[in-house]
Amino acid sequence: MSPSVPLQEMIRAIRSARTQCEERGVIQRECAAIRAQFRQSDNGGRSHNLAKLLYVHMLGYPAHFGQMECVRMIASPRYSEKRVGYLGAMMLLDEKQDASLLITNSIKNDLSHSNQYVQSLALCTLACMGSAEMCRDLAPEIDRLLRASNSYIKKKAALCAVHIVRKVHDLGEMFAPAARSLLSEKNHGVLHGAVVLITELCERNLETLEKFRKAVPDLVQIMKGLVISGYSPEHDVAGISDPFLQVRILRLLRILGHNNEAASDAMNDLLAQVATNTDSTKTVGNAVLYETVLTVLDIKSESGLRVLAVNILGRFLLNNDRNIRYIAMISLQKIVGTDHNAVQRHRGTIVDCLKDQDASVKRRALDLSLALVSASNIRSMMKELLIFLSSCPLELRSQAASGIFIAAERYAPSQRWHIDTILHVLTTAGGDVRDETVPNLIQLITNASELHCYTVHKLYRALLTDISQQSLVQVACWCIGEYGDLLLRGECQETEPVQVSEDDVLDALETVLQSHMSSPATRGFALTATMKLSTRITDNVDRIRSIVSIYGSCIDVELQQRAVEYNALFKKYDHMRAAVLERMPVIEKTAPGQTNGESTGEPIKDIQSVKVKQGELLLPQPPANQVCDLLDLLGGSEETLQPSPAAGGTAPGLPANTASTAGGDLLDLLGGLEPAPLTPAPTVQVYEKDGVTLTMSCEKQSATGLTVTLTASNSTESDISSLTLQAAVPKSVQLHMKAPSGDSLPARGAAKVTQMVVLNNPNKVNLKMRVRISYSSQGSAFQDTIQIDAFPGLSAAGH
Amino acid sequence: MQFMLLFSRQGKLRLQKWYVPLSDKERKKISRDLVQTILARKPKMCSFLEWRDLKIVYKRYASLYFCCAVEDQDNELITLEIIHRYVELLDKYFGSVCELDIIFNFEKAYFILDEFLLGGEAQETSKKNVLKAIEQADLLQEVRIFLYHQIHLL
Repeated sequence: MSPSVPLQEMIRAIRSARTQCEERGVIQRECAAIRAQFRQSDNGGRSHNLAKLLYVHMLGYPAHFGQMECVRMIASPRYSEKRVGYLGAMMLLDEKQDASLLITNSIKNDLSHSNQYVQSLALCTLACMGSAEMCRDLAPEIDRLLRASNSYIKKKAALCAVHIVRKVHDLGEMFAPAARSLLSEKNHGVLHGAVVLITELCERNLETLEKFRKAVPDLVQIMKGLVISGYSPEHDVAGISDPFLQVRILRLLRILGHNNEAASDAMNDLLAQVATNTDSTKTVGNAVLYETVLTVLDIKSESGLRVLAVNILGRFLLNNDRNIRYIAMISLQKIVGTDHNAVQRHRGTIVDCLKDQDASVKRRALDLSLALVSASNIRSMMKELLIFLSSCPLELRSQAASGIFIAAERYAPSQRWHIDTILHVLTTAGGDVRDETVPNLIQLITNASELHCYTVHKLYRALLTDISQQSLVQVACWCIGEYGDLLLRGECQETEPVQVSEDDVLDALETVLQSHMSSPATRGFALTATMKLSTRITDNVDRIRSIVSIYGSCIDVELQQRAVEYNALFKKYDHMRAAVLERMPVIEKTAPGQTNGESTGEPIKDIQSVKVKQGELLLPQPPANQVCDLLDLLGGSEETLQPSPAAGGTAPGLPANTASTAGGDLLDLLGGLEPAPLTPAPTVQVYEKDGVTLTMSCEKQSATGLTVTLTASNSTESDISSLTLQAAVPKSVQLHMKAPSGDSLPARGAAKVTQMVVLNNPNKVNLKMRVRISYSSQGSAFQDTIQIDAFPGLSAAGH
Repeated sequence: MQFMLLFSRQGKLRLQKWYVPLSDKERKKISRDLVQTILARKPKMCSFLEWRDLKIVYKRYASLYFCCAVEDQDNELITLEIIHRYVELLDKYFGSVCELDIIFNFEKAYFILDEFLLGGEAQETSKKNVLKAIEQADLLQEVRIFLYHQIHLL
C-alpha cells in the first residue's frame, strides 16, 4: 500500500521540532489546516487529513473536533475513507461520547455490505467500542453472520458476539445454538472464535454450562487432532500446532470439568497426553503446559495426574527463564493449601528463589516459603528466612518480619530458640515490626524463667552495640530493669561470662535516655528500668536518685511525671520502694495473639506490680505542684496508670488476697473486668477521708451506657459547704453530669448529697473515672482526687 | 485483553489500542503511570507484573516496549506469544520492521493489529491468513483510488 505522503510529511515536520514549544506550534498550524480541510467539501485528501489528526491525537493533543469527520468518513462509499474513518471511531469515540450513536446505522449497513473487508471493518469497530445499546441493536445481525457467511466473517462475528455478551449479558442465550454448530468447522480461526464465545457463555450462565458439557468429547477430539497431527506449516509455532487454540480449548475444558466427575473423566487421558508430550524448551510449549496444569488442578482429576501437574510446576521452578519460575510460584501458591505435601517436595527450590534478583519473584517466594513452614522444617526454614530478611527489599520487610513471627510462634522448637529468633529479627529489621511485638516478647521472656539470665545478657550486649532499633531497646531496657541483678552477678551458663559492673549498666541506660534516637516511649522504658535497678543494685543508688530527679523537670510530660513519682518513692515512701519495685509476676496471655489489656501497648506492661493490702494506703495522689489536669491524666494511650486505684477503703476490683498476685493477670490490676467479688452490693465506697465518705452505685442503661450515682456523706462534727464533685473519663467515653442534689453536707450524716453521672462508652474501652472532690470545712478548703477503675454492676465481659 | 500500548524507551507512545471504555483523561493517566513503572524496571526482570488490579505482560523488542494488560484468567505466557506474533506480522509486512516504520505508518500498524486481534482476543491464528487479508484490503484501497483518479482524468 502506498504511503500517505501528506501524513508522512507532517510527521517529519513534527519530529524535527527541537523543543516542546516548537512542536506545539507545528501541531497548532497543522490542526488549523486540518480543520479548514474538514469544512471543505469532498476532496481526495480526506483520509489523509483524518490520519494526520489521529497522529496528533496519539501524541496527546486534543482532537475532539475530528469526531464528526469520523462519522462522515464511515458513511463514505470509498474504502480508503471508511478504513480511516473506522480507525478514528475506535480511537476518538468511546461509548461515553454521544457521537458514537451516530455510527450505529453505518455499522448496520456495512455489516451487510457485499465486500467482506467492509464487513470486517464494521465488525472490528463494534467489537472494540460498541456500547450496550449498539450491541442490542445489532445483535440479530451478528447472529445471522454467525450462521451464514464465509469463515473470514464467521471468525470475526464470533468475537463480536463475545463483546456483545460482555456488554449485555442476557443476549448470551441468543448465540448459544450458533456457537455450538461452529465447533464442527475446520477453519482454525473460526474454531478459536467459537471456543472463546462458548467460554464466555459458560462463564456467565450455569444452564448454558450444563448444555455445553455435552461438547466435551468434541473438544477433546479437536485437541487430540492438534496434539497428534503432523507438522502443519500454517499453524505451527516452534513445533506446537496452533498453541493459541490449544490454550483456549484447555481453558474451556477447565470450566466444563470443574466440579463434574463425568466431564473430568472424559478429559483425563487427553490432559495426560498433553502434559507428557508437549515440548517444553520454548515459551510456547510452556504456555500450553501451564494451561494444562491449571486445568488439571482445577477439575476432578485422578491423583496420578495431579502429581504429574505438580511435578511440571516443579520443573518450571528450575527453569532458567525467570518468567517461568514466577508463573510456577503463582500456581503453587494456589494449591499450597490443598496439595501441601506435593508442594513441600519443592521447598528447596522455592527457598532458593528467595535469592532471585527480581522483586516480584522474591515476593512470591516469600509468600510460598511462609506457607510451607512446618514443625519439621522450622529450624532450616527460619535460617533461610532470617538470611532473606537481612537482604530483602524494603517493601517486603514488614511482611517478612510478621510472617517470621507467626511461624516462630506456631512451631518454635524451644523457648530459647524462639527468643533468639525474635531478637534476631529485632536487630535486623526492628523498625519494620508491629507494635505488639514488644509486649509479646516481654511476655515470652517472663515465661521462660530459666532463660532470664541468658536473655538479659544477650539483650545487654545488643544494647551496647546499637541503640537505634526502638523495639529492641525497649525490650532490653525492660529486661535490664527486671533482671539487672542476674546481669550483675556475671555468670551465666549459656553465654560466655562477662563482668558487668553497676556503672556499666547505668551508663547503658543513661545513653538510651539521652540519645536523640530514642523515642519518648523508649525513654520511658529506660527511666523505669533505672528506677527498678535501685532495689537490685547496692552501690549506686545515689546515682539513680540523681538521674531520676533530673528528669523531674524534663519537657516531656510523660517522663516528667514518672520522674516525679519515682522521686516521691525515694523521698516519702522509701519503705515501700522494695515492695513496689519487686519482680513482676509471670504474665499470662489471655488468648494467643492478643495483647494483654487494652490496645495501648507498652505503658501497660510498664506498670509496676503492686501488692495490694486491703485497707492499705497506696501511692499518694500526684503532688499538687504537678501540671495536673484531670482530663490530661486520663488521656488515651499515654497514660501511665497510677498504681493507686483507690485510696483507702475496699478497693473494688482488686483481688482480695494480699499475697503476691499469683495467677492474677495484670488485667485485674487494670480495670476490674470482674465485678468486685468482695462487694456483692452494687453500692461501693470509693473514698473515705477525714470523715467525708463517697459511695458509688452503677446502673447499666444500655450496651454502652451507664449511670453512676455518687453519694457524699459527712460524719464529722462540723458542717461541710461548697461541696463540688468533678469527674473525668477516658477520651472516647462521653460524660454528662447532672445537677447535684445540693452542695452542703450537714454534720453527723444528717443529709447526703447525690450526684448523677451519665456515661456512654461507645468504643467499649476500659472504663475508668477520676473524681475530684472539693469542699470547705471549718473555714479551710479541702480537695482530693479519687480514681475509680471498677464499676460494680457492669458485666465482666464488656464495659 | 484490556489494552495494548507500544512505547519507546523515552516513554513516547507509538500505538495505543483500548478494548475497554475509558475517557481520554483516564487513558492518559493510565498510560503515563504504566509507562513510567515499566521503564523503571531493570532489563533482566520478570515480564509479568501486577499493577493496580491488572496483570501486565510486557516485552521489549529493540527500542520499543510492547505492553498488554490482561484479565485475571488469561494465560500470561500465551500473551507473550501474542505479542511475539504481532511483532512477526509487522516484521513480515514492513520487511525487517524498526521503530521508524511504526512511527511513519502508524495507521497501518493499527490495521495489522485489527486483523490479528478483535475485541481483545486473537481472531486468526495463522500468520499467513492475517498477512493475506491485509494485502487484499490494501489492494482494495488502491483499486478504488486508482479508479477514482481514472475517472477524474476522463
